[in-house]
Amino acid sequence: MRRLFTVALLLLLAAALVPFLKWALIEAVWRPDPAACRAAHGACWGFVVEKYRFILFGTYPYGEQWRPAAATVLLLGLGILSAMKASWKPWLIVAWLAGLCAIGVLMWGGVPGLPYVENERWGGLILTLLLATFGLAAAFPLSLLLALGRRSELPIIRAMSVAYIELVRGVPLISLLFMASVMLPLFLPAGVSIDKLLRAQIALVLFAAAYLAEVVRGGLQAIPRGQYEAADALGLSYWQKTLAVVLPQALRIAVPALVNTFIGFFKDTSLVLVIGLFDLLSTIKLGLTEPAWSGFGVEAYLFAALVYFVFCFALSRYSRRFELEPRRITALTPN
Amino acid sequence: MLLGAAGFLISNTVANLEARRIASGFGFLGREAGFEIGESFFLRYDAGQSYLRALAVGLVNTLTVSAIGIVVASLLGTAIGLARLSANTLVRGIGTAYVEFIRNVPLLVQLFFWYALITEALPGPSQALEPLPHVFLSNRGIFLPTFASLPVLQGFNFAGGVGISPEFGALLLGLSVYTAAFIAEIVRAGVLAVPRGQVEAAQAVGLAHSQVLHKVVFPQALRVIVPPLASQYLNLVKNSSLAVAIGYPDLVSIANTTMNQTGQAIEGVAIIMAVYLTISLSISALMNWYNARVALR
Repeated sequence: MRRLFTVALLLLLAAALVPFLKWALIEAVWRPDPAACRAAHGACWGFVVEKYRFILFGTYPYGEQWRPAAATVLLLGLGILSAMKASWKPWLIVAWLAGLCAIGVLMWGGVPGLPYVENERWGGLILTLLLATFGLAAAFPLSLLLALGRRSELPIIRAMSVAYIELVRGVPLISLLFMASVMLPLFLPAGVSIDKLLRAQIALVLFAAAYLAEVVRGGLQAIPRGQYEAADALGLSYWQKTLAVVLPQALRIAVPALVNTFIGFFKDTSLVLVIGLFDLLSTIKLGLTEPAWSGFGVEAYLFAALVYFVFCFALSRYSRRFELEPRRITALTPN
Repeated sequence: MLLGAAGFLISNTVANLEARRIASGFGFLGREAGFEIGESFFLRYDAGQSYLRALAVGLVNTLTVSAIGIVVASLLGTAIGLARLSANTLVRGIGTAYVEFIRNVPLLVQLFFWYALITEALPGPSQALEPLPHVFLSNRGIFLPTFASLPVLQGFNFAGGVGISPEFGALLLGLSVYTAAFIAEIVRAGVLAVPRGQVEAAQAVGLAHSQVLHKVVFPQALRVIVPPLASQYLNLVKNSSLAVAIGYPDLVSIANTTMNQTGQAIEGVAIIMAVYLTISLSISALMNWYNARVALR
């Protein structure tokens, strides 16, 4: 009976997979030729082949696109470097600062040899990666303050932290992005304006900070009371206790949950499409509006899904490594 | 210091609003909206009605797609979660592949994919697929029969029966499939949290396999499942706001149109936030009540 069920399931799976593979690979058109695509029965990957530079770099000046390419490689390199435990040393922070400065110079230019490119023209994969990286870099310190504020003994600070966290977590990200794109300009004095990219980045930071704060709070709650009491008994001040005793332990405990929140945030950056920024997903969607390529959305979005999947799956595998060795991480905490 | 900052922001805002000749307040809600809405459930609407009415239609659209989505996602998620615990390697593999793939792709990409699949891959109404009698699948949406009427091809589209637009279909499919992957993981963790001894004891008393599941495993697993499940339901409702990207007229989409037409951005965003906060608090209250009922006393 069981074997029969397995065989039936295998047949069902084959019935679904074989036509899909036939469509996606065997009968697919890889040449960037819309006419050939429309004549064929299979998938049209020619769209991706023709538009790959637009998808990767958006409307960045064509002749200068080696710059976002170099910035992408640099950013990915820094990411991979930070994933290795051997490089969790103080110099990593220096490497990040130097790397981000180099990326800024590469993207904006304005130095001899690199013409200035205003950030309205940034787009594609690098914009997605930059929104995610800078978003997390700015949201993380803010989330530490919010999480500490939520556990503070000062009632006003606690109430404000709770109100902020619950308010932001209670509304959809889209409403925050709308708020940033239509309301933020109203808050500023006349004559001061901030561009669309920065406004979206602010909304993403405010959003991520609330979610990260809850993860950090989870880590803070997991620390035994004795640690707090011991730090107090030693006569440490609040900030000494927090920075030297509490946070290092809390963050180690929170690493898997933090990485999961990072993954969610990386996926959420795709929402900037709604307010008209050209991230990876927007450039793909925009490429489809060209009449020659309209009607190949299924292929285009499968490709988008694949790119996001590669990044998110790699991160989730990485975080699972920590979940498998929780004991070893807690054993490390006393130092 | 905080009061000073707040005062600075408010004075800027007032100055800006005056400079742009935007009247603040909710008076605009009574004015004529002047735009059509693609689809509405339960409430009748036409362009001559007020903004308030338009926003109410948007809210009902949000609640409709969320409510159906919650039911579908729960059923699908439970099935996938149990599949991941199956003794059959193949079933387990399918469940794992589903969860890993769906969770690691942004919902917005999935919504665009489903929308493209419905509007590009399905044939036009005249060659509509008919998988069941009187059920038609075409790039104009899905048409189902009701007790009163059957869908019939008239001109370029179907008339009669119940029609599901491509936008509603894609949003419902996307939300359900996406949330189901998260619910599956919650269900799996809940079932795994039931101690093995409980199952062994139930088997030793001679209960059948289905009785073991219904009377012993599920009631205990539910206590672990309910709190995270509530936050997934909340996520689904909040994620339904992505409707604006594929053109389904949900609350956010209609509030966005309203803001563009009237310029009343602060009021528009305030309405969106107030509505979602109310929904969030209601769902958590309901779930807390349910949780108190199933918890150990």
